[in-house]
Amino acid sequence: MIVILFAAITHAASEQFKGKIYDTGILKPFDSKTGLKAGMTAPTFTLPSVKGEKISLAQYRGKKNVVLSFVPAAWTPVCSDQWPGYNITRDLFDRNDAVLLGISVDNLPTLHAWTAEMGDLWFPVLSDFWPHGAVSKKYGILRSDGVSERALFVIDKKGIIRYIDVHDINKRPALEVLIKELEKLQK
Amino acid sequence: MKKRLISCLIICVAVFLSARGIDAAGKIPDRNDVFPEINLPEPAKTYEKDYLGIPEKGSFLLSHIKADIVIVEIFSMYCPYCQKDAPGVNELFRMISENPDIKEKIKIIGIGAGNTPFEVDVFRKQYDIRFPLFPDESFSIHKAVGEVRTPYFFVIRMNPGGSSKVVYSRVGSIGEPDEFLQSIIRESGL
Repeated sequence: MIVILFAAITHAASEQFKGKIYDTGILKPFDSKTGLKAGMTAPTFTLPSVKGEKISLAQYRGKKNVVLSFVPAAWTPVCSDQWPGYNITRDLFDRNDAVLLGISVDNLPTLHAWTAEMGDLWFPVLSDFWPHGAVSKKYGILRSDGVSERALFVIDKKGIIRYIDVHDINKRPALEVLIKELEKLQK
Repeated sequence: MKKRLISCLIICVAVFLSARGIDAAGKIPDRNDVFPEINLPEPAKTYEKDYLGIPEKGSFLLSHIKADIVIVEIFSMYCPYCQKDAPGVNELFRMISENPDIKEKIKIIGIGAGNTPFEVDVFRKQYDIRFPLFPDESFSIHKAVGEVRTPYFFVIRMNPGGSSKVVYSRVGSIGEPDEFLQSIIRESGL
């Protein structure tokens, strides 16, 4: 028996991005299965940032909790509707002694142009372009079409994964859920 | 096999029709249109209830707001344009609040499309917004007003008897707050 379900996934598009967003349509919510779990050591990586730095997960060991925000692609609806929100919540991350690293498989020029539309982001934006999706793959969230899942990983100062949210790619994760997980690290 | 196929088709059509019914977006209310009657959740703060002049408890309809004009901003905490525009909208609120001739006649509310109460509160605190903001987590209000881009401003003339008329309907910044205020006073016949 075949059941075709029609679901309307909505988002509120900012006028900022008018005419610049590529409509992906509704995608398969998940297209990978990570083998990582809370309690495991987070895979290490070093990636280039749009500001010209090389950022390693290891540089935060012993110093900061880390939130990895993987988004599938620049210039797409939900992604363009996620990081600008994090841009006004730096105090929530600071309060929980955390940094945020934004990661996508787009190349640096693309990420530069896209994030410039969001204003001056306080958090590093990293390109997982080459080797293509290598970090996304390490984290078990590389989809079959070459983009990453929409995923959040919370990693403590010892480098241990404390929370994973591989989210429906068509929806934005609620901010308060992430902040609650960060607050747990302070206890 | 034939019966199964027919059953399957019936289910598909039923799901399609119900999805269309539930999820079909309204048309964007334009100038001179009647603004859809929207249901808003109970305000988070007591001073917001006093400001709006609405019943003490529970959700309420837009038409319950005690005002001649209601300015409705559809925004999102995640919208960079809304973030940039927030100081200007705050200035508009200040100008109205400090003018004894209009402060009881013109009210402003913001509706956070797709935002949770927590996210709306982040936006409120970040920009020190003093007018009521409401979450629209399920996008139901956003759909009712035509799934507008953000920020989107409606200015609604509230007529006695609960009807309303849109006098301004536009996407993007309000521009200079004093010019915007003068134009909506003019357009609404206040």
